[in-house]
Amino acid sequence: MSRIPLPYSPKVLELFRNPKNAGAMEDATVSATAGSPICGDVIAIYLKIGEGDIIKRATFESYGCAANIATASILTEMVKGKTLREAWNITWREIAEELGGLPSIKFHCGALAVGALRRAIRAYYEKRGRPPWMPEEATLEERQALEAEKLKEILSRKLGGGEGDRPNR
Amino acid sequence: MFSVEELLKMHGQPEREVYLDLENSAPVAPEVLEAMLPYFAERAYGNPSITHKPGWMAYDVVQRALESFRRWLGASRAEEINFTPGETEANNLALIGAARANRSRGRRIVVSAIEPLSILHVAEHILRPMGFDIVEIPVDREGLIDLDALERAVNGETILVSISAVNHEIGAIQPIREAVELMKDRSPDAIFHTDASDAYGRIPLDVEKLGVDMATLSSYKILGPRGIGALYVREGVEVERLLEGQLGTQRLWPGVENVPLIVGFQKASELLLNDFDYKVSRMRHLRNRLMDGILNSISGTLLNGPRGGRRAPDNVNISFLGCEGEALTIELSLRGVYVSSGSACTRRLLQPSHVLMAIGRKPEEAHGSILMKVSWLHSEEDIDYVLRTLPRAVERLRGLSPLREG
Repeated sequence: MSRIPLPYSPKVLELFRNPKNAGAMEDATVSATAGSPICGDVIAIYLKIGEGDIIKRATFESYGCAANIATASILTEMVKGKTLREAWNITWREIAEELGGLPSIKFHCGALAVGALRRAIRAYYEKRGRPPWMPEEATLEERQALEAEKLKEILSRKLGGGEGDRPNR
Repeated sequence: MFSVEELLKMHGQPEREVYLDLENSAPVAPEVLEAMLPYFAERAYGNPSITHKPGWMAYDVVQRALESFRRWLGASRAEEINFTPGETEANNLALIGAARANRSRGRRIVVSAIEPLSILHVAEHILRPMGFDIVEIPVDREGLIDLDALERAVNGETILVSISAVNHEIGAIQPIREAVELMKDRSPDAIFHTDASDAYGRIPLDVEKLGVDMATLSSYKILGPRGIGALYVREGVEVERLLEGQLGTQRLWPGVENVPLIVGFQKASELLLNDFDYKVSRMRHLRNRLMDGILNSISGTLLNGPRGGRRAPDNVNISFLGCEGEALTIELSLRGVYVSSGSACTRRLLQPSHVLMAIGRKPEEAHGSILMKVSWLHSEEDIDYVLRTLPRAVERLRGLSPLREG
């Protein structure tokens, strides 16, 4: 339970301070979340997908630490203009590199961002049929993602209601 | 790994800088710095145990300091005070030293679930493997110890009980006198230790009135220098040294006395204790302004720890729901406000604060917790700056979040 000094890369701090592509997307083709408030990090990814399954725009929302916000933001930059297949293959290592490095204890933030993205891509193909390059089984990164129903239940407990002290309103 | 210089440059020049992370370190008060400076190179730089002028001068300084601390603590003899390099070392000395010296009398050691890690980890990782039976007693939702559980935990085999007089994270003032009486009823020879680092200079503290056998003090928590603390050990209480070496004026801690830091610790105590009522009422006034200001202006907040007279006058600990604490500390840092968080993201094992878990906070509540302590050196303007800054910081982070209220 000891504390950790976290010297973030300037890129992480810059994206934390001025995140690119922040916010929900009204006209998103598909979106997905990963993580859980219990663990202290949740990432939502929104994709606008155009012809040829190319990502035209991507935005994110994040509840989490500075690294969480920065990884989600950089991923939305990285996927722009890519096909869904190309986007699927982005790894947390590539995200960490793009950020100029991440403290090792924060690698899971990268994995979470990848998980949210892959869940969104999988959701997109749910109606259209799974392409041959997509594994049938959920990848490790996707499994970090919480089922939407479970997330909703936790959120309703978290933000008022249930047992315990009433939060200030 | 990264250039910290770059990070610092990105902070720019905020309108004001307010340091509220007094739990984790502190700037020394200007008067303290001034008092210490001559003792590094000009005066009393000798070893107090050697027979020459600089040594005798140092001896005199240490003796005067010990006498001051004796008086401030209500102790009977100056020899009962031992300077240590800090709170961590004093707590280690108290627990390991007393356990070793009294192991033939019993095996049980009782601590509370919200003790600092220099108590809990010593109990878990050093004393338990030595064969001691460690019992942790729970606290209620405000963080006050369960006296019934203490009564059940203390048996004839109990040699040591350690409960902080004031909790370091949530400011809960514990009923130490009652706890001591209860322990002595059940095990008359057992030793009662209290980590008084957060009580010293914040609430009246008298070892005779409380009846404690050992008490830990910390210097930086009252704006003295880091690197020094003290352990009070009542005469007749058996404690073994942890370290061996050249013994000087300090029976329980060998090595050369750190005279400049002792002077600083003494000065910081003097500033606070010789003007106790005013300084504490000032602290309480600023704290209430900060605490009430936050609770009244920001929605989705939870106060951690007791309200009213059971809360230490300097402590604010609030959870901001839907905000992650590490992100909030960084956001505030960029705006010139320095605080710490009980979030899992700030810790090596990615576990939220054990204190917040023990008072029944959910992990998602602990992740959004911010700990702040005010001192008598803060001003109303400092507090008002924090009250202007915090809502913006919380709002920005909540604005980024996919979690929606309601």
